[in-house]
Amino acid sequence: MAWQMSSDRPIYTQLYDKILIRIVCGIYKAGNRLPSVRELAAEANVNPNTMQRAFTELEHSGLIVTQRNSGRIVTEDRFKIEDARHQLALTQINTFFANMRELGYNDQEIMELIERIVQE
Amino acid sequence: MNENNSIAYTQSNDTQSENILNTSVYSSENTVNEQNIQTQNNLVKSEENVLNIPINLQKNLVQDESLQSDNTQQDSVYIQNTYAVNTPLLQLNDLCKRYPGMGNYMSVFHMNLTILRGRIIGLLGPNGCGKTTLIKMINGLLAPTCGTVLINGMEPCPATKKVISYLPERTYLDNGMKVSQMVEYFADFYEDFSTEKAYSMLGVLGISSDARLKTLSKGTKEKVQLILVMSRQADLYILDEPIAGVDPAARDYILRTIITNYNPGSTIILSTHLISDIENILDDVIFMKNGSLMLYTSVDSIRSQMGKSVDTYFREVYAC
Repeated sequence: MAWQMSSDRPIYTQLYDKILIRIVCGIYKAGNRLPSVRELAAEANVNPNTMQRAFTELEHSGLIVTQRNSGRIVTEDRFKIEDARHQLALTQINTFFANMRELGYNDQEIMELIERIVQE
Repeated sequence: MNENNSIAYTQSNDTQSENILNTSVYSSENTVNEQNIQTQNNLVKSEENVLNIPINLQKNLVQDESLQSDNTQQDSVYIQNTYAVNTPLLQLNDLCKRYPGMGNYMSVFHMNLTILRGRIIGLLGPNGCGKTTLIKMINGLLAPTCGTVLINGMEPCPATKKVISYLPERTYLDNGMKVSQMVEYFADFYEDFSTEKAYSMLGVLGISSDARLKTLSKGTKEKVQLILVMSRQADLYILDEPIAGVDPAARDYILRTIITNYNPGSTIILSTHLISDIENILDDVIFMKNGSLMLYTSVDSIRSQMGKSVDTYFREVYAC
């Protein structure tokens, strides 16, 4: 099954996000080997060059490391992964608040609503 | 329109003189390529020798020697091929095509294009913009009115057909033949054809190799043809409307086989109208309009600069 891509952003940035989520969720565990570019490109139904670009970006941010003989592994630096996870959480919360404010809720109302839902 | 064409004529006169210069430059490369072909011919001959010798079992040693010389010859061919890697895979120099009886209308109008190895390129444009004409000129099926097509530095000839795997826009297969006969036919015709690959793809798509082509549906026939073309190990694949008649599920499979089979050194040029289906596998896109090159850029740059998909962008650019 091909990965779902949205049409408004470059494909490599979307691949980046999807692989990042897999790393953060522990589907690709710290220190473990990642699938090859070709395998993942075939899974996502994208051009291998595009997948390669996403991998290069992930390498730049230090989340994956290329080893000379054994391909690419997820970084063993758990702090880095935790940090990426924190960033993703912040983005989620920010978009949530933005959407709620668009519906006309003020911050206090939003907090009350959240508390009620959590208690239930 | 008339004004445009008169400009075109003066331009084409200028460029013809340029072309004379160009051909003189490239003729030196052509001689190299001729040598290349000659060594390949030698190779074929030596292989024939290898086949002849085993009849005489006493000459085993000689056979080994000839095998060794065979290898060294292959090496020399390999070196010459690496020389060719530096020249662009495909180059169009001021290419024009005017069909007879079409007045001054140019179906392809002064196209200049350089295509490198290792790319998957979409050739896009509305109906009648010259995509197929361009493709036919690259394959040597049509002679350009002016300008040149160079594949690995050579004009279209048997040596370039050897490295191009071409899927035409209509079927050319013999309806009375069985699928398996067709595979044999291709294996006989092209030395870079992989029978295993063809049968494994036929198997996945559930096409019986005993079926005669005339008993197959339009879409299945297209699949067979595409499988035959993709089973070659070519430098350049040119696919003219490859997935138009194929169902969406098989389309996914075909695109996946294109991605997984293609080797990093070869380039694929796809002409299609189903942009959203193939957009994710493309590196670059070529937009054509009225026979001219309008845009040649990467998919990512369209998406990041315009903030929209190639499909959406196409609909805007060619809005009627």
